[in-house]
Amino acid sequence: MSVRLAREPFEPGALLADFCRGRAETGAVVTFTGIARASSGAVERLELEAYPGFTDAEIARMADAAVARFALDDVLIVHRWGEISPGEAIVFVATAAAHRRAAFDAADHLMDYLKSRAPFWKKEHGPAGARWIEPTEQDLADAERWDS
Amino acid sequence: MRVLLFGRLADVAGWREQTIDPPPATLSALKTLLSAANAALGEALGGKGVQVAVDKAIVRGDAALGRGAEVAFLAPMSGG
Repeated sequence: MSVRLAREPFEPGALLADFCRGRAETGAVVTFTGIARASSGAVERLELEAYPGFTDAEIARMADAAVARFALDDVLIVHRWGEISPGEAIVFVATAAAHRRAAFDAADHLMDYLKSRAPFWKKEHGPAGARWIEPTEQDLADAERWDS
Repeated sequence: MRVLLFGRLADVAGWREQTIDPPPATLSALKTLLSAANAALGEALGGKGVQVAVDKAIVRGDAALGRGAEVAFLAPMSGG
């Protein structure tokens, strides 16, 4: 299990290649890449604040729980912070399991958690100024699916 | 003692990080001190969904603070 906060842009394909290497017993790897949206020009850049040492520890706690819940072989989470431009990858999640269903479900679960509960503070900067973003009702409802 | 503000709290205060010396002995004393210096920040610290981490662990209610404690006030989180 590995969690990284990345200040600089990353290449999702390279992360996937590394993650898959040497897995003779893993039947399934699922990945999700989230990309910063320009929202039809309304967003010129994202400012994502993190609390290093706290943010990564909280995500790691969640990743450990997912490993146990879905019987995963491994998890990799890479999350950008700092200044992010539209089109850049902002988050990468990879899950490895013996079978595909667990790998899909775990990636879905981890993304719902990251979108609504991970300790980041997000500000959008655009032509109309800057505004803080909070999880949408949909984000919160998505995360609650896994609480029972 | 180091005090950190995250999210909109830093915008309200006009600072992100401050060293406080001499350090208050409890979290409630620290909040009183910060409110006295900046009433808007004091109000924001009591806002809905604001959490506190002492030495990178969430605490609820009041807490004793060591001299070298790192106290972070966390605005409602945005997610990633």
